[in-house]
Amino acid sequence: MATLDLRRVSASSPPAPGVREAAVVAKLIDTTTCIGCKACEVACQAWNDLPPETTVQAGTYQTLPGLAPNFWNLIRFTEHEDDQGGLHWLMRKDQCMHCAEPGCLVACPAPGAIVQYANGIVDFQQDRCIGCGYCMTGCPFNVPTFNPRTGRVYKCTLCSDRTAVGLEPACVKACPTGCLQFGAKASLLEVATARVARLEADGFAQAAVYDPPGVGGTGVVTVLAYGDRPELYGLPRDPRIPLAVTLWKGPLKWIGNAAILAGLLGAAVHFVRYGRKAVHGADAAPAGEARDGR
Amino acid sequence: MDGDPARRIVRYRFSERLVHTFTAIAYVYLLLTGLAFWTPALYWIAIALGGGYLSRVLHPWAGIVFVILVGWMYVAWRHDMRITPEDRAWRRALRHYATNEDARVPPAWRFNDGQKGFFRVMVAASVALLLSGLGLWWVDLVPWELRWLRFAAVLVHAIAALVTIGGFILHVYMGLLVVPGGLRAIVQGDVTEEWARAHHLLWYRSLRQSDDLDTE
Ligand code: HEM
Ligand code: SF4
Repeated sequence: MATLDLRRVSASSPPAPGVREAAVVAKLIDTTTCIGCKACEVACQAWNDLPPETTVQAGTYQTLPGLAPNFWNLIRFTEHEDDQGGLHWLMRKDQCMHCAEPGCLVACPAPGAIVQYANGIVDFQQDRCIGCGYCMTGCPFNVPTFNPRTGRVYKCTLCSDRTAVGLEPACVKACPTGCLQFGAKASLLEVATARVARLEADGFAQAAVYDPPGVGGTGVVTVLAYGDRPELYGLPRDPRIPLAVTLWKGPLKWIGNAAILAGLLGAAVHFVRYGRKAVHGADAAPAGEARDGR
Repeated sequence: MDGDPARRIVRYRFSERLVHTFTAIAYVYLLLTGLAFWTPALYWIAIALGGGYLSRVLHPWAGIVFVILVGWMYVAWRHDMRITPEDRAWRRALRHYATNEDARVPPAWRFNDGQKGFFRVMVAASVALLLSGLGLWWVDLVPWELRWLRFAAVLVHAIAALVTIGGFILHVYMGLLVVPGGLRAIVQGDVTEEWARAHHLLWYRSLRQSDDLDTE
């Protein structure tokens, strides 16, 4: 996407250069209609032309233990036994959540390596990435992954190349059940709320929309049957940019910079006020000059 | 006090000067690249030093070199850096030392209490920088369940670096500007007898007593 769409740029003083307005987009994931077919995983690999990752047989329906540098879309699988002894297969599409307030971007020290577009998509620019991994410390969802071969970090782009030209993301295109939808966030939230009402009527009283306010809401909105227990799906209950990261990039930086400047200034003031020590070696003063014995 | 006040005596052996010089180079490189990642306003330093990516690759290795050199200094100087009763007297007169009223400052051994303080701060901060630096270096190997280690690493690394920067400013300021002859001592190794008497009288006397005056 173009410079005119940039709303936020990592390690750069605001304002970002973008001037365009755009509706904030979102991807809706309805975990209750996911059948675990992994068409989205394949579509993601195919569209982004990512080299295959070797799968791991862990005795579950999950392709890999976690997201990987070449694998940005993972259907996480959990077996859940409810109070009545009923068994539920929980499928949740794990990927970058495209936070409105992205911890990755806040933590990033490389100018322009992480950007946020006017439509809300958070994108990594690997050519500017220095591979420090600070985004992995800033992300509350454990999303960015480090490729040791390239020394850079990768994640879902929300198909920013497709959505920029009006296409839906590859995973949405491939989903056979309509469990994935893409569009303006405002209208998708209505769809999600209606779906939750339906689930409540069907006996899932705890059903909820997962759009965590701690990170300003996310560009990936998830409908959960057990909305009171997002941990069941591997989602944090109340994700926020970690406090340590907020302190580090906020008060600590300003206190630290002020202290460094104060130190330099203090030395200058001291030098002007007191100057060099009067007692010095014969290399600096003619011999025989009156001096203090110690 | 007998002897020729202009006679030069050895304060730092060649190995001490060499290690100090390399430590200084490593530290300044770490400081500059670290500051580039610390604040975007200084990112240009990383660009000037070969780019952000290269700086990220080299910074941890320079850190390893730095810690090894600090370790060498620790071994070489730990006896001279021990706190003595004279240091406590010196500390009480710190105000006079700081205002250059040196006549009112009690005598010091090879290092005065301020130098010993700097030494201890740098050794402790180096350990903290190493441990936290390893966490930053291999952040992808720190499991998600132990992510508090990632948080601790960024905070400890930044705070420890800030502490060393404070010490570093003071150290360079004193050595370069306040104490004439200090720079020559650490680069060329020698000081005048008069300098030794003025700044480190107890050390000077011990050298004379042991007849260890390594004159040139
Ligand atoms: C002792 C071994 C050290 C190791 C293994 C180490 C490693 C690291 C790593 C991996 C980073 C992340 C970004 C980068 O690679 O540049 C970093 C950042 C940094 N390092 Fe070090 N480092 C060490 C020593 C030092 C020293 C002696 C200083 C002296 C000032 C220093 C100052 C910094 C600063 C200021 C940052 C940026 C911190 C921030 O953004 O909050 N480091 N270090
Ligand atoms: S989920 Fe993580 S990587 Fe994605 S925008 Fe949020 S903080 Fe960044």
